[in-house]
Amino acid sequence: MIFIDTLAQGMLLGGLYALFAAGLSLVFGIMRLVNLAHGDLIILAAYLILTVATVTGLHPFVAVIIAAPLMFGFGWLLQTHLLNRVLGNDILPPLLVTFGLSVVIQNGLLSTFTADSQKLTAGTIEAASVDLGVVTLGVMPVLTFGSAVLVIFALNQLFYRTALGRAFRATSDDAVTAQLMGIRPQQVFAMATGIAMVVATIAALYLGTRANFDPSIGPARLLYAFEAVIIGGLGSLWGTLAGGIVIGLAQAIGASINPEWQILSGHIAFVLVLLIRPRGLFPRAND
Amino acid sequence: MSALLQIAGLTAHYGDFQALFGVDLTLDQGQTVAIIGANGAGKTTLMRAITGVAKVTAGSVTLAGKDITRIPAPDILTHGISMVPEGRKLFPSLTVEENLLIGAHARRGNGFWTLERIQTLFPILKERRHSPGTALSGGQQQMVAIGRALMSNPQVLLCDELSLGLAPVVIKEIYGAFPQIKDSGTSIIVVEQDISQALRVADHVHCMMEGRITLSGRPTELSRDAIHDAYFGVNHA
Ligand SMILES: Nc1ncnc2c1ncn2[C@@H]1O[C@H](COP(=O)(O)OP(=O)(O)OP(=O)(O)O)[C@@H](O)[C@H]1O
Ligand SMILES: [Mg+2]
Repeated sequence: MIFIDTLAQGMLLGGLYALFAAGLSLVFGIMRLVNLAHGDLIILAAYLILTVATVTGLHPFVAVIIAAPLMFGFGWLLQTHLLNRVLGNDILPPLLVTFGLSVVIQNGLLSTFTADSQKLTAGTIEAASVDLGVVTLGVMPVLTFGSAVLVIFALNQLFYRTALGRAFRATSDDAVTAQLMGIRPQQVFAMATGIAMVVATIAALYLGTRANFDPSIGPARLLYAFEAVIIGGLGSLWGTLAGGIVIGLAQAIGASINPEWQILSGHIAFVLVLLIRPRGLFPRAND
Repeated sequence: MSALLQIAGLTAHYGDFQALFGVDLTLDQGQTVAIIGANGAGKTTLMRAITGVAKVTAGSVTLAGKDITRIPAPDILTHGISMVPEGRKLFPSLTVEENLLIGAHARRGNGFWTLERIQTLFPILKERRHSPGTALSGGQQQMVAIGRALMSNPQVLLCDELSLGLAPVVIKEIYGAFPQIKDSGTSIIVVEQDISQALRVADHVHCMMEGRITLSGRPTELSRDAIHDAYFGVNHA
Protein backbone atom coordinates (compact mmCIF):
# COMPACT_ATOMS: atom_id res chain seq x y z
CA MET A 1 0.00 0.00 0.00
CA ILE A 2 2.83 2.34 0.86
CA PHE A 3 4.40 1.60 -2.47
CA ILE A 4 1.19 2.42 -4.36
CA ASP A 5 0.96 5.60 -2.35
CA THR A 6 4.51 6.51 -3.33
CA LEU A 7 3.78 5.87 -7.00
CA ALA A 8 0.61 7.96 -6.85
CA GLN A 9 2.35 10.87 -5.13
CA GLY A 10 5.25 10.69 -7.60
CA MET A 11 2.99 10.68 -10.58
CA LEU A 12 1.03 13.66 -9.30
CA LEU A 13 4.27 15.51 -8.60
CA GLY A 14 5.17 14.79 -12.23
CA GLY A 15 2.19 16.93 -13.20
CA LEU A 16 3.85 19.94 -11.59
CA TYR A 17 7.07 19.29 -13.48
CA ALA A 18 5.13 18.87 -16.70
CA LEU A 19 3.55 22.28 -16.10
CA PHE A 20 7.01 23.77 -15.58
CA ALA A 21 8.10 22.13 -18.81
CA ALA A 22 5.14 22.58 -21.17
CA GLY A 23 5.93 26.19 -22.08
CA LEU A 24 9.58 25.38 -22.59
CA SER A 25 8.63 22.45 -24.81
CA LEU A 26 6.22 24.56 -26.86
CA VAL A 27 8.75 27.31 -27.49
CA PHE A 28 11.51 24.87 -28.29
CA GLY A 29 9.26 22.92 -30.66
CA ILE A 30 8.30 26.01 -32.62
CA MET A 31 11.42 28.14 -32.73
CA ARG A 32 14.24 25.90 -31.51
CA LEU A 33 14.83 28.38 -28.72
CA VAL A 34 16.09 27.13 -25.37
CA ASN A 35 14.81 29.73 -22.98
CA LEU A 36 17.19 29.70 -20.00
CA ALA A 37 14.97 32.24 -18.25
CA HIS A 38 11.94 29.95 -18.28
CA GLY A 39 12.23 29.05 -14.60
CA ASP A 40 12.61 32.69 -13.61
CA LEU A 41 9.63 33.61 -15.76
CA ILE A 42 7.57 31.11 -13.75
CA ILE A 43 8.76 32.74 -10.53
CA LEU A 44 7.97 36.16 -12.00
CA ALA A 45 4.45 34.90 -12.73
CA ALA A 46 4.18 33.64 -9.13
CA TYR A 47 5.03 37.13 -7.84
CA LEU A 48 2.54 38.62 -10.27
CA ILE A 49 -0.22 36.35 -8.94
CA LEU A 50 0.87 37.22 -5.41
CA THR A 51 0.70 40.95 -6.18
CA VAL A 52 -2.70 40.69 -7.84
CA ALA A 53 -4.02 38.61 -4.95
CA THR A 54 -2.60 41.01 -2.37
CA VAL A 55 -3.81 44.18 -4.06
CA THR A 56 -7.28 42.94 -4.94
CA GLY A 57 -7.78 40.46 -2.14
CA LEU A 58 -8.73 37.83 -4.70
CA HIS A 59 -8.10 34.14 -4.19
CA PRO A 60 -4.97 33.00 -6.11
CA PHE A 61 -7.12 30.79 -8.35
CA VAL A 62 -9.02 33.90 -9.41
CA ALA A 63 -6.00 36.19 -9.45
CA VAL A 64 -4.44 33.89 -12.03
CA ILE A 65 -7.16 34.91 -14.48
CA ILE A 66 -5.86 38.47 -14.29
CA ALA A 67 -2.20 37.47 -14.22
CA ALA A 68 -2.33 35.13 -17.23
CA PRO A 69 -3.22 37.74 -19.87
CA LEU A 70 -0.63 40.10 -18.40
CA MET A 71 1.99 37.38 -18.73
CA PHE A 72 0.80 36.70 -22.28
CA GLY A 73 1.43 40.35 -23.11
CA PHE A 74 4.80 40.24 -21.40
CA GLY A 75 5.76 37.15 -23.40
CA TRP A 76 4.60 38.77 -26.62
CA LEU A 77 6.70 41.90 -25.98
CA LEU A 78 9.66 39.84 -24.85
CA GLN A 79 9.59 37.93 -28.12
CA THR A 80 9.00 40.88 -30.45
CA HIS A 81 11.43 43.26 -28.78
CA LEU A 82 14.18 40.94 -27.64
CA LEU A 83 14.13 37.29 -28.64
CA ASN A 84 13.15 37.77 -32.32
CA ARG A 85 16.20 39.95 -32.74
CA VAL A 86 18.61 37.22 -31.68
CA LEU A 87 16.96 34.17 -33.25
CA GLY A 88 18.92 32.90 -36.22
CA ASN A 89 21.13 30.13 -37.42
CA ASP A 90 23.50 30.64 -34.53
CA ILE A 91 22.10 29.15 -31.31
CA LEU A 92 24.53 30.98 -29.02
CA PRO A 93 23.02 34.52 -29.05
CA PRO A 94 19.57 33.40 -27.81
CA LEU A 95 21.21 31.30 -25.09
CA LEU A 96 23.24 34.27 -23.91
CA VAL A 97 20.31 36.63 -24.07
CA THR A 98 17.96 34.35 -22.13
CA PHE A 99 20.71 33.69 -19.59
CA GLY A 100 21.03 37.45 -19.18
CA LEU A 101 17.28 37.74 -18.89
CA SER A 102 17.33 35.14 -16.13
CA VAL A 103 19.80 37.24 -14.14
CA VAL A 104 17.80 40.41 -14.77
CA ILE A 105 14.54 38.83 -13.60
CA GLN A 106 16.13 37.39 -10.45
CA ASN A 107 17.69 40.71 -9.49
CA GLY A 108 14.55 42.64 -10.39
CA LEU A 109 12.48 40.39 -8.14
CA LEU A 110 15.08 40.58 -5.40
CA SER A 111 15.06 44.35 -5.28
CA THR A 112 11.27 44.56 -5.56
CA PHE A 113 10.20 41.75 -3.24
CA THR A 114 13.40 41.07 -1.18
CA ALA A 115 14.83 37.59 -0.66
CA ASP A 116 12.10 36.65 1.84
CA SER A 117 10.23 33.57 0.84
CA GLN A 118 6.58 33.95 -0.10
CA LYS A 119 3.58 31.73 -0.52
CA LEU A 120 0.25 31.96 -2.27
CA THR A 121 -2.43 31.10 0.24
CA ALA A 122 -5.28 29.09 -1.18
CA GLY A 123 -7.05 28.42 2.11
CA THR A 124 -8.55 25.12 3.26
CA ILE A 125 -8.11 23.47 -0.13
CA GLU A 126 -4.37 23.24 0.58
CA ALA A 127 -4.88 20.64 3.30
CA ALA A 128 -7.87 18.90 1.73
CA SER A 129 -7.53 15.34 0.52
CA VAL A 130 -9.60 12.65 -1.10
CA ASP A 131 -9.64 9.10 0.22
CA LEU A 132 -9.69 6.60 -2.65
CA GLY A 133 -9.48 3.57 -0.39
CA VAL A 134 -6.12 2.33 -1.63
CA VAL A 135 -4.54 5.75 -1.39
CA THR A 136 -5.33 9.15 -0.02
CA LEU A 137 -4.47 11.96 -2.40
CA GLY A 138 -4.11 15.66 -1.68
CA VAL A 139 -6.58 17.80 -3.57
CA MET A 140 -3.84 20.24 -4.63
CA PRO A 141 -1.60 17.56 -6.20
CA VAL A 142 -4.64 16.12 -7.98
CA LEU A 143 -5.60 19.56 -9.25
CA THR A 144 -2.03 20.15 -10.38
CA PHE A 145 -1.92 16.91 -12.28
CA GLY A 146 -5.36 17.47 -13.81
CA SER A 147 -4.29 20.94 -14.90
CA ALA A 148 -1.13 19.53 -16.47
CA VAL A 149 -3.10 16.98 -18.48
CA LEU A 150 -5.58 19.66 -19.49
CA VAL A 151 -2.85 22.10 -20.50
CA ILE A 152 -1.02 19.49 -22.58
CA PHE A 153 -4.29 18.38 -24.16
CA ALA A 154 -5.24 21.97 -24.98
CA LEU A 155 -1.82 22.72 -26.44
CA ASN A 156 -2.05 19.58 -28.56
CA GLN A 157 -5.48 20.56 -29.83
CA LEU A 158 -4.14 24.01 -30.64
CA PHE A 159 -1.15 22.50 -32.38
CA TYR A 160 -2.92 19.89 -34.47
CA ARG A 161 -6.48 21.17 -34.87
CA THR A 162 -6.32 24.92 -35.48
CA ALA A 163 -5.09 27.25 -38.20
CA LEU A 164 -2.74 28.84 -35.68
CA GLY A 165 -1.28 25.43 -34.86
CA ARG A 166 -0.80 24.77 -38.56
CA ALA A 167 1.09 28.03 -38.83
CA PHE A 168 3.17 27.02 -35.78
CA ARG A 169 4.15 23.73 -37.38
CA ALA A 170 4.75 25.19 -40.84
CA THR A 171 6.96 27.94 -39.44
CA SER A 172 8.87 25.41 -37.40
CA ASP A 173 9.38 23.27 -40.54
CA ASP A 174 10.48 26.04 -42.89
CA ALA A 175 10.15 29.70 -41.99
CA VAL A 176 11.00 30.99 -45.49
CA THR A 177 8.36 28.92 -47.25
CA ALA A 178 5.90 29.77 -44.47
CA GLN A 179 6.33 33.43 -45.40
CA LEU A 180 5.22 32.62 -48.93
CA MET A 181 1.94 31.46 -47.34
CA GLY A 182 1.50 34.90 -45.83
CA ILE A 183 2.69 33.77 -42.40
CA ARG A 184 4.83 36.20 -40.38
CA PRO A 185 7.25 34.02 -38.42
CA GLN A 186 8.01 36.77 -35.91
CA GLN A 187 4.32 37.09 -35.04
CA VAL A 188 3.97 33.33 -34.83
CA PHE A 189 6.90 33.24 -32.41
CA ALA A 190 5.41 36.07 -30.34
CA MET A 191 2.13 34.18 -30.11
CA ALA A 192 3.96 31.02 -29.04
CA THR A 193 5.91 32.78 -26.31
CA GLY A 194 2.74 34.51 -25.15
CA ILE A 195 1.01 31.14 -24.83
CA ALA A 196 4.07 29.68 -23.10
CA MET A 197 3.81 32.48 -20.53
CA VAL A 198 0.15 31.67 -19.90
CA VAL A 199 1.20 28.09 -19.19
CA ALA A 200 4.02 29.41 -16.99
CA THR A 201 1.41 31.36 -15.01
CA ILE A 202 -0.62 28.22 -14.43
CA ALA A 203 2.58 26.48 -13.32
CA ALA A 204 3.29 29.42 -11.01
CA LEU A 205 -0.12 29.11 -9.40
CA TYR A 206 0.59 25.54 -8.28
CA LEU A 207 4.23 26.21 -7.49
CA GLY A 208 3.26 29.11 -5.25
CA THR A 209 0.32 27.47 -3.48
CA ARG A 210 2.14 24.20 -2.80
CA ALA A 211 5.46 25.53 -1.53
CA ASN A 212 7.41 28.64 -0.64
CA PHE A 213 9.16 30.55 -3.34
CA ASP A 214 11.74 33.32 -3.48
CA PRO A 215 13.52 35.10 -6.36
CA SER A 216 16.37 32.60 -6.51
CA ILE A 217 14.56 29.31 -7.15
CA GLY A 218 13.92 29.74 -10.90
CA PRO A 219 16.99 27.93 -12.23
CA ALA A 220 16.16 24.77 -10.27
CA ARG A 221 12.64 24.75 -11.79
CA LEU A 222 14.26 25.25 -15.20
CA LEU A 223 16.38 22.18 -14.60
CA TYR A 224 13.34 19.98 -13.85
CA ALA A 225 11.54 21.42 -16.85
CA PHE A 226 14.52 20.86 -19.06
CA GLU A 227 14.87 17.26 -17.94
CA ALA A 228 11.17 16.61 -18.50
CA VAL A 229 11.36 17.99 -22.04
CA ILE A 230 14.45 15.95 -22.91
CA ILE A 231 13.13 12.74 -21.37
CA GLY A 232 9.90 13.13 -23.30
CA GLY A 233 11.63 13.87 -26.58
CA LEU A 234 12.18 17.37 -27.93
CA GLY A 235 9.05 18.98 -29.29
CA SER A 236 6.59 16.31 -28.12
CA LEU A 237 4.02 17.72 -25.69
CA TRP A 238 2.67 14.39 -24.42
CA GLY A 239 6.29 13.33 -24.14
CA THR A 240 6.85 16.30 -21.87
CA LEU A 241 4.05 15.10 -19.61
CA ALA A 242 5.61 11.63 -19.59
CA GLY A 243 8.99 13.21 -18.82
CA GLY A 244 7.52 15.11 -15.88
CA ILE A 245 5.97 11.91 -14.55
CA VAL A 246 9.26 10.03 -14.89
CA ILE A 247 11.04 12.65 -12.77
CA GLY A 248 8.20 12.82 -10.25
CA LEU A 249 8.12 9.03 -9.87
CA ALA A 250 11.88 8.79 -9.53
CA GLN A 251 11.90 11.51 -6.87
CA ALA A 252 9.08 9.89 -4.91
CA ILE A 253 10.68 6.47 -5.03
CA GLY A 254 14.07 7.90 -4.10
CA ALA A 255 12.57 9.85 -1.22
CA SER A 256 10.74 6.79 0.09
CA ILE A 257 14.07 5.01 0.39
CA ASN A 258 15.88 7.98 1.86
CA PRO A 259 14.41 11.50 2.00
CA GLU A 260 17.77 12.97 1.09
CA TRP A 261 17.76 11.12 -2.18
CA GLN A 262 14.66 12.79 -3.60
CA ILE A 263 16.28 15.38 -5.86
CA LEU A 264 19.20 13.19 -6.81
CA SER A 265 16.92 10.32 -7.86
CA GLY A 266 15.18 12.58 -10.37
CA HIS A 267 18.46 13.54 -11.99
CA ILE A 268 19.62 9.91 -12.04
CA ALA A 269 16.40 8.91 -13.81
CA PHE A 270 17.11 11.61 -16.36
CA VAL A 271 20.57 10.25 -17.07
CA LEU A 272 19.29 6.67 -17.24
CA VAL A 273 16.57 7.50 -19.75
CA LEU A 274 19.09 9.31 -21.92
CA LEU A 275 21.47 6.35 -21.76
CA ILE A 276 18.74 4.02 -22.98
CA ARG A 277 16.96 6.42 -25.35
CA PRO A 278 19.25 9.30 -26.29
CA ARG A 279 16.47 11.12 -28.20
CA GLY A 280 13.94 10.77 -25.40
CA LEU A 281 10.84 8.62 -25.05
CA PHE A 282 8.78 10.15 -27.87
CA PRO A 283 11.11 11.83 -30.35
CA ARG A 284 9.51 13.72 -33.23
CA ALA A 285 10.05 11.88 -36.48
CA ASN A 286 11.38 14.78 -38.50
CA ASP A 287 13.88 16.33 -36.14
CA MET B 1 -3.90 45.64 -72.77
CA SER B 2 -2.02 47.04 -69.81
CA ALA B 3 0.35 44.65 -68.13
CA LEU B 4 -0.74 42.72 -65.04
CA LEU B 5 2.80 42.26 -63.80
CA GLN B 6 5.54 44.61 -64.92
CA ILE B 7 9.15 44.00 -63.96
CA ALA B 8 11.57 46.75 -64.87
CA GLY B 9 15.34 46.87 -64.46
CA LEU B 10 15.23 44.34 -61.62
CA THR B 11 18.58 43.81 -59.94
CA ALA B 12 19.24 41.47 -57.03
CA HIS B 13 22.22 40.55 -54.89
CA TYR B 14 23.24 37.79 -52.51
CA GLY B 15 25.64 39.77 -50.36
CA ASP B 16 28.18 41.19 -52.79
CA PHE B 17 27.30 38.71 -55.49
CA GLN B 18 25.03 40.19 -58.15
CA ALA B 19 22.58 37.56 -59.39
CA LEU B 20 20.22 39.70 -61.51
CA PHE B 21 21.23 42.49 -63.89
CA GLY B 22 18.33 44.73 -64.83
CA VAL B 23 15.69 42.19 -65.79
CA ASP B 24 12.64 43.45 -67.70
CA LEU B 25 9.57 41.28 -68.04
CA THR B 26 5.89 41.76 -68.70
CA LEU B 27 3.02 39.43 -67.90
CA ASP B 28 -0.38 40.30 -69.33
CA GLN B 29 -3.69 39.23 -67.85
CA GLY B 30 -4.44 35.65 -68.85
CA GLN B 31 -0.97 35.04 -70.22
CA THR B 32 1.47 32.27 -69.47
CA VAL B 33 5.09 33.34 -69.66
CA ALA B 34 7.96 30.86 -69.51
CA ILE B 35 11.50 31.57 -68.36
CA ILE B 36 14.14 29.13 -69.48
CA GLY B 37 17.83 29.05 -68.81
CA ALA B 38 20.66 26.84 -67.66
CA ASN B 39 21.58 26.11 -64.03
CA GLY B 40 22.59 29.24 -62.21
CA ALA B 41 21.07 31.59 -64.78
CA GLY B 42 19.14 33.41 -62.08
CA LYS B 43 15.63 32.07 -62.70
CA THR B 44 14.94 31.17 -59.10
CA THR B 45 16.48 34.42 -57.94
CA LEU B 46 14.06 36.30 -60.19
CA MET B 47 11.11 34.45 -58.59
CA ARG B 48 12.50 35.15 -55.14
CA ALA B 49 13.05 38.81 -55.97
CA ILE B 50 9.44 39.15 -57.11
CA THR B 51 8.16 37.55 -53.90
CA GLY B 52 10.37 39.55 -51.56
CA VAL B 53 12.51 36.61 -50.48
CA ALA B 54 15.67 37.74 -52.32
CA LYS B 55 17.09 41.20 -51.84
CA VAL B 56 16.16 43.61 -54.64
CA THR B 57 18.84 46.27 -55.09
CA ALA B 58 17.38 48.18 -58.04
CA GLY B 59 14.42 48.22 -60.38
CA SER B 60 10.74 47.71 -59.74
CA VAL B 61 7.94 45.18 -59.63
CA THR B 62 4.47 46.49 -60.42
CA LEU B 63 1.30 44.44 -60.05
CA ALA B 64 -1.85 45.85 -61.64
CA GLY B 65 -0.39 49.34 -61.51
CA LYS B 66 0.70 49.05 -57.88
CA ASP B 67 4.36 49.17 -56.90
CA ILE B 68 5.12 46.06 -54.87
CA THR B 69 8.93 46.20 -55.01
CA ARG B 70 10.57 45.08 -51.77
CA ILE B 71 7.29 44.28 -50.11
CA PRO B 72 8.11 41.69 -47.42
CA ALA B 73 7.45 38.10 -48.42
CA PRO B 74 4.44 37.56 -46.13
CA ASP B 75 2.60 40.47 -47.75
CA ILE B 76 3.11 39.34 -51.33
CA LEU B 77 0.37 36.75 -51.09
CA THR B 78 -2.27 39.25 -50.10
CA HIS B 79 -1.22 41.35 -53.06
CA GLY B 80 -2.10 38.44 -55.31
CA ILE B 81 1.14 36.63 -56.08
CA SER B 82 1.69 33.07 -55.01
CA MET B 83 4.59 30.74 -55.63
CA VAL B 84 5.25 27.07 -56.19
CA PRO B 85 8.84 27.07 -54.96
CA GLU B 86 11.71 25.17 -56.49
CA GLY B 87 11.90 21.74 -54.87
CA ARG B 88 8.17 21.96 -53.85
CA LYS B 89 9.01 22.73 -50.21
CA LEU B 90 6.03 20.99 -48.64
CA PHE B 91 5.80 21.23 -44.87
CA PRO B 92 6.81 17.82 -43.50
CA SER B 93 4.82 18.19 -40.27
CA LEU B 94 1.62 18.88 -42.18
CA THR B 95 -0.66 16.39 -43.88
CA VAL B 96 -1.53 16.77 -47.55
CA GLU B 97 -4.77 18.50 -46.63
CA GLU B 98 -3.08 20.78 -44.10
CA ASN B 99 -0.47 21.70 -46.70
CA LEU B 100 -3.32 22.79 -48.95
CA LEU B 101 -5.19 24.62 -46.20
CA ILE B 102 -2.16 26.59 -45.15
CA GLY B 103 -2.06 28.04 -48.66
CA ALA B 104 -5.23 29.89 -47.70
CA HIS B 105 -3.77 31.13 -44.40
CA ALA B 106 -3.68 34.78 -45.46
CA ARG B 107 -6.50 34.60 -47.95
CA ARG B 108 -9.11 37.30 -47.89
CA GLY B 109 -12.54 36.75 -49.34
CA ASN B 110 -13.59 34.08 -51.75
CA GLY B 111 -12.30 32.93 -55.07
CA PHE B 112 -12.62 30.05 -57.44
CA TRP B 113 -10.17 27.76 -55.71
CA THR B 114 -11.30 25.89 -52.63
CA LEU B 115 -10.06 22.70 -51.01
CA GLU B 116 -12.78 20.77 -52.86
CA ARG B 117 -11.86 22.24 -56.23
CA ILE B 118 -8.17 21.47 -55.74
CA GLN B 119 -9.10 17.93 -54.79
CA THR B 120 -11.16 17.68 -57.96
CA LEU B 121 -8.28 19.02 -60.03
CA PHE B 122 -5.92 16.46 -58.50
CA PRO B 123 -8.10 13.63 -57.12
CA ILE B 124 -5.12 11.84 -55.58
CA LEU B 125 -4.83 14.70 -53.09
CA LYS B 126 -8.21 13.80 -51.71
CA GLU B 127 -7.36 10.13 -51.50
CA ARG B 128 -4.09 10.85 -49.68
CA ARG B 129 -5.35 13.81 -47.67
CA HIS B 130 -4.29 12.44 -44.29
CA SER B 131 -0.79 11.36 -45.35
CA PRO B 132 2.17 13.54 -44.47
CA GLY B 133 2.81 15.75 -47.50
CA THR B 134 6.33 14.46 -47.84
CA ALA B 135 5.21 10.81 -47.96
CA LEU B 136 3.88 11.32 -51.49
CA SER B 137 5.68 10.69 -54.78
CA GLY B 138 7.49 13.61 -56.39
CA GLY B 139 4.70 14.25 -58.86
CA GLN B 140 2.02 14.12 -56.18
CA GLN B 141 4.05 16.47 -54.01
CA GLN B 142 4.22 18.86 -56.94
CA MET B 143 0.42 18.70 -57.16
CA VAL B 144 0.20 19.58 -53.47
CA ALA B 145 2.59 22.49 -54.01
CA ILE B 146 0.49 23.79 -56.91
CA GLY B 147 -2.73 23.31 -54.98
CA ARG B 148 -1.28 25.05 -51.94
CA ALA B 149 -0.32 28.03 -54.10
CA LEU B 150 -3.75 28.15 -55.73
CA MET B 151 -5.58 28.15 -52.39
CA SER B 152 -4.92 31.89 -52.06
CA ASN B 153 -6.59 32.48 -55.44
CA PRO B 154 -3.62 34.38 -56.82
CA GLN B 155 -3.71 36.77 -59.74
CA VAL B 156 -0.23 35.60 -60.61
CA LEU B 157 1.09 32.09 -60.05
CA LEU B 158 4.85 31.62 -60.12
CA CYS B 159 6.01 28.04 -60.78
CA ASP B 160 9.68 27.24 -60.34
CA GLU B 161 10.77 24.09 -62.21
CA LEU B 162 7.63 22.00 -61.95
CA SER B 163 9.15 19.24 -64.05
CA LEU B 164 12.35 18.85 -62.07
CA GLY B 165 13.04 15.18 -61.41
CA LEU B 166 9.68 13.99 -62.71
CA ALA B 167 8.91 11.38 -65.37
CA PRO B 168 7.54 12.73 -68.68
CA VAL B 169 4.11 11.21 -68.10
CA VAL B 170 3.90 12.91 -64.71
CA ILE B 171 5.03 16.22 -66.17
CA LYS B 172 2.28 15.93 -68.75
CA GLU B 173 -0.30 15.27 -66.05
CA ILE B 174 0.80 18.29 -64.06
CA TYR B 175 0.81 20.65 -67.02
CA GLY B 176 -2.57 19.18 -67.90
CA ALA B 177 -3.95 21.28 -65.04
CA PHE B 178 -2.81 24.53 -66.62
CA PRO B 179 -5.89 25.18 -68.79
CA GLN B 180 -8.10 25.03 -65.69
CA ILE B 181 -5.75 27.29 -63.77
CA LYS B 182 -5.84 29.80 -66.60
CA ASP B 183 -9.61 29.54 -66.81
CA SER B 184 -9.82 30.47 -63.14
CA GLY B 185 -8.34 33.84 -64.08
CA THR B 186 -4.80 33.26 -62.89
CA SER B 187 -1.87 34.37 -65.03
CA ILE B 188 1.22 32.22 -64.84
CA ILE B 189 4.99 32.49 -64.96
CA VAL B 190 6.76 29.15 -65.28
CA VAL B 191 10.46 28.60 -64.85
CA GLU B 192 11.54 25.56 -66.83
CA GLN B 193 14.69 23.80 -67.85
CA ASP B 194 12.59 21.57 -70.09
CA ILE B 195 12.60 23.80 -73.19
CA SER B 196 10.04 21.94 -75.25
CA GLN B 197 7.64 21.92 -72.29
CA ALA B 198 8.14 25.66 -71.93
CA LEU B 199 7.51 26.26 -75.61
CA ARG B 200 4.33 24.17 -75.48
CA VAL B 201 2.74 25.89 -72.51
CA ALA B 202 3.78 29.52 -72.88
CA ASP B 203 2.47 32.49 -74.84
CA HIS B 204 5.80 34.16 -74.41
CA VAL B 205 9.25 32.78 -73.64
CA HIS B 206 12.26 34.49 -72.09
CA CYS B 207 15.66 32.92 -71.99
CA MET B 208 17.97 33.89 -69.12
CA MET B 209 21.71 33.62 -68.80
CA GLU B 210 23.97 34.93 -66.07
CA GLY B 211 21.31 37.12 -64.55
CA ARG B 212 20.09 38.68 -67.80
CA ILE B 213 17.32 37.99 -70.27
CA THR B 214 19.14 37.17 -73.47
CA LEU B 215 16.26 36.26 -75.75
CA SER B 216 12.51 36.85 -75.75
CA GLY B 217 9.71 36.01 -78.10
CA ARG B 218 6.65 33.96 -78.89
CA PRO B 219 7.33 30.23 -79.09
CA THR B 220 6.51 30.29 -82.80
CA GLU B 221 8.95 33.13 -83.44
CA LEU B 222 11.94 31.54 -81.77
CA SER B 223 14.14 29.22 -83.72
CA ARG B 224 15.81 26.28 -82.07
CA ASP B 225 19.17 27.76 -82.94
CA ALA B 226 18.41 31.11 -81.38
CA ILE B 227 17.25 29.41 -78.19
CA HIS B 228 20.30 27.18 -78.17
CA ASP B 229 22.56 30.20 -78.52
CA ALA B 230 20.80 32.16 -75.80
CA TYR B 231 20.66 29.16 -73.47
CA PHE B 232 24.29 28.22 -73.79
CA GLY B 233 25.61 31.70 -74.36
CA VAL B 234 27.29 31.25 -77.76
CA ASN B 235 27.01 34.97 -78.45
CA HIS B 236 28.12 35.93 -74.98
CA ALA B 237 30.99 33.58 -74.31
N1 LIG C 1 21.47 31.84 -51.33
C1 LIG C 1 22.40 32.17 -52.23
N2 LIG C 1 23.55 32.75 -51.84
C2 LIG C 1 24.51 33.10 -52.73
N3 LIG C 1 24.42 32.89 -54.05
C3 LIG C 1 23.29 32.30 -54.50
C4 LIG C 1 22.23 31.91 -53.62
N4 LIG C 1 21.26 31.34 -54.37
C5 LIG C 1 21.69 31.39 -55.64
N5 LIG C 1 22.92 31.96 -55.73
C6 LIG C 1 23.68 32.20 -56.96
O1 LIG C 1 22.91 33.04 -57.79
C7 LIG C 1 23.01 32.62 -59.15
C8 LIG C 1 21.62 32.36 -59.68
O2 LIG C 1 21.07 31.27 -58.97
P1 LIG C 1 19.57 30.78 -59.19
O3 LIG C 1 19.27 29.79 -58.15
O4 LIG C 1 18.70 31.96 -59.31
O5 LIG C 1 19.70 30.06 -60.60
P2 LIG C 1 18.62 29.19 -61.38
O6 LIG C 1 18.54 29.76 -62.74
O7 LIG C 1 17.37 29.09 -60.62
O8 LIG C 1 19.35 27.79 -61.42
P3 LIG C 1 18.72 26.31 -61.35
O9 LIG C 1 18.28 25.98 -62.72
O10 LIG C 1 19.88 25.47 -60.94
O11 LIG C 1 17.64 26.32 -60.38
C9 LIG C 1 23.90 31.39 -59.16
O12 LIG C 1 25.18 31.81 -59.53
C10 LIG C 1 23.87 30.91 -57.74
O13 LIG C 1 25.10 30.31 -57.41
MG1 LIG D 1 16.34 27.56 -59.81
